[in-house]
Amino acid sequence: MEKPGRRIGLKHGSGGRAMRQLIEDTFLKLASPVDGIGLAALDDGAALRVGDRWLVLTTDSHVVQPTFFPGGDAGRLAVCGTVNDLAMMGATEPLGLTCAVVLEDGYPLVDLDRLVASMAEAAREAKAPIVTGDTKVMGKGEVDGIVLNTSGVALADRVVTDAGLRAGDRIIVTGTVGDHGMAIMSRRHDLRLEGDLRSDVAPVNGLVREALRAGGEDVVAMKDPTRGGVAGVLHEMAAKGKVGVVIDEGAVPVRDEVRAAAEMVGIDPLLVANEGKAVIGVRAASAEKVLAALRAHPLGRDAAIVATALAERPGAVILDTGFGRRMLAEPEGELLPRIC
Amino acid sequence: MTAPRDLFAELKFRDPARARALADAIRHNVDAIGRKVSVMHVCGSHEQAIARFGLRAVLPEGLELIMGPGCPVCVTDGPEVDQAVALAAQGARVCTYGDMLRLPGTARSLADAKAEGGKVDVVYSVAQAVELAQKHPQDEVVFLGSGFETTAVATAAIALTELPGNFSVLSVHKYVPAAMEIVSEIEDTNIEGYIAAGHAATITGWGIFEPFARRTGSPVVVAGFEPLDILAAIAKLTELMVEKRPEVFNAYPRCVTKEGNVPAQKVLWKVFRQVTGTWRGIATVKDGNLDLREEWARIDARKRLSVDTSGVRDDAAAEEAKGCICGAIMLGRGKPTDCALFGRTCVPESPVGACMVSSEGQCRIWHTYGGAPDLRGVGT
Amino acid sequence: MCLGVPGKVLAIDGLSATVDFFGVKKELRLDIVDEPVQVGDYVLNHVGFAIRRIPPEEVQETLALFDQILDVTGAKEDLMAADVRGEIAAGKDKP
Repeated sequence: MEKPGRRIGLKHGSGGRAMRQLIEDTFLKLASPVDGIGLAALDDGAALRVGDRWLVLTTDSHVVQPTFFPGGDAGRLAVCGTVNDLAMMGATEPLGLTCAVVLEDGYPLVDLDRLVASMAEAAREAKAPIVTGDTKVMGKGEVDGIVLNTSGVALADRVVTDAGLRAGDRIIVTGTVGDHGMAIMSRRHDLRLEGDLRSDVAPVNGLVREALRAGGEDVVAMKDPTRGGVAGVLHEMAAKGKVGVVIDEGAVPVRDEVRAAAEMVGIDPLLVANEGKAVIGVRAASAEKVLAALRAHPLGRDAAIVATALAERPGAVILDTGFGRRMLAEPEGELLPRIC
Repeated sequence: MTAPRDLFAELKFRDPARARALADAIRHNVDAIGRKVSVMHVCGSHEQAIARFGLRAVLPEGLELIMGPGCPVCVTDGPEVDQAVALAAQGARVCTYGDMLRLPGTARSLADAKAEGGKVDVVYSVAQAVELAQKHPQDEVVFLGSGFETTAVATAAIALTELPGNFSVLSVHKYVPAAMEIVSEIEDTNIEGYIAAGHAATITGWGIFEPFARRTGSPVVVAGFEPLDILAAIAKLTELMVEKRPEVFNAYPRCVTKEGNVPAQKVLWKVFRQVTGTWRGIATVKDGNLDLREEWARIDARKRLSVDTSGVRDDAAAEEAKGCICGAIMLGRGKPTDCALFGRTCVPESPVGACMVSSEGQCRIWHTYGGAPDLRGVGT
Repeated sequence: MCLGVPGKVLAIDGLSATVDFFGVKKELRLDIVDEPVQVGDYVLNHVGFAIRRIPPEEVQETLALFDQILDVTGAKEDLMAADVRGEIAAGKDKP
């Protein structure tokens, strides 16, 4: 039995257990029945039935610090985050995105211009037009620089949730793991690491389209491993699918730079955020076919099958380290560099 | 993870085939002893490595590898953290290693203090704290010095450099040999061998364990942190136990020598001295804490600044914390479920004792997984 | 206590060394290292300080140590496959 917390803490925004608890305890009161996938499903987005198709919608707020980081910026992140959430539901052709901005009094126009240029470029890459928005300005100190919110809407013939895993399914990661989070952490904590640590932020709707084309209905679960990393996603998929998951640690693709930086600060790349990747659950029979389709795409060259769903230990995520096995803990709160 | 560019520390010391052979050697030794045996390691990083590589799953059932009171963050007492939180509340800029940010004092952590508007910075190195002092001359900058002697040497080295006038150190550093001493002094302890902390020994040398081994009649093996380092050390330790040889063996010669890092020792003892202190959940540990010497009063936050914890201390919680049985749990003499606080006032979000603070602590593991997870044979 | 990671010294400037950690580079302080350090040496990093110069011959010696431990229990003879023996032999030939 947990002590009740009276205030929101930073941990509630980190994508881990505390955030899930907050959503379940507080925000789920907003849920009501819908014809489709609504709030109660706690998926990447909502899917509402419109005729014989699905209207998929999603929303995201971006408060990333630093605003500009190696490999991208908050603008690119805002567009890609929303495009990717739609894609994770199976909606790979966004109809339109919104862009709402809350700016702090004194925010430099040159920075805003940079962010907007990044958003435009990302929108072009994703073929996702930005169609409407909103602008607000708050007093100095009332907001930290800039808060970006993007929403997106798309139509899909079939919705893929994050709850579809069954025993025997294989789980694919579309590329190298931990790039974004390590790039951010190295800047945020001034780790003074020289090396190519850059965010992987990118729209993956084109990549996911290839996976769906190759695997069809055998693609049964999808989620993007943002805050909380691949570990967070696998915990959700395991819990919702009521399966156990065993990860083959040796199969997980990690760039040398990310591995080295993560070792130095005692962090597991599996817990680190990614902004240009997808975790895809596939029926075993189609796993190789989907893998090949991903690898043929520029953003999927390092795709790999990394885990298997089991009938035993539902909800557990287990790591096979090559030496032994251990439980992979759920991510909790912001990842911090360790010395111990 | 994909193979690294340089083989130096990696494939050679993470080779699964050698690991299997070493695990079999361990089983061979434990079979030769012919009964259940318990050994202890006293290093949080060893526990992290053992957990990370899933090494317990390859050890024989007859061998119990206990995590002792070797995580310096986890044994940092509530009132010590209260001092850091109080300083942040008083307007000082507190710099800390990431490990300590979320450790609660009797009531709050530095993360809480930060959320309430306090100036708290996570740093990777004590040198960064000095830079922050230079960057913010109007702030009192306090570096929370946590960790064992391995980390204390860095604090000491910085103390010897030219420092800005607004910089001070709040030392909660600990001394690892004291951890082994208190374990060995427990009457009828069932610990028959010790794995000594390799990086602390890099500083202190392995010679300091010889009197300990003689006195306790238990072998001590100094171990590194790669999977093969740990397995080889356990294999050697069990071999010494079979032969009843209460010796010290250095299984980490690439980093540890008998005398240790003498220049670092000189620096350490120039700045710090050992004092008796209270370790979270374990009570008094003789000579277990490292305090700044008198000569360094100028940079000793406790002397230089008046630290008033009355506003942050929770006396009721401190009183309740006395019910913590971490000490017994660490020695394998109690289970988490034996503790009145477990799962009630002591939970991962607000841990009371060290065993719940550490991500690999017994109580934390039991609370998260509903017991000790046995993963032998899963998914094969 | 205590995350220590080995790296290779690329450059030295007074009490500061640029060290390669097989993917990223970082500056380390040399205030408390136990022996004088040269470019090409391996050092152990803890919180931004080199706390040990790792003698390169120690890598091979460590492998020999592991073999010695295996020898005593007879585990090496009983249990290690020929391919592992071959790998160790190949390791011994490396400079």
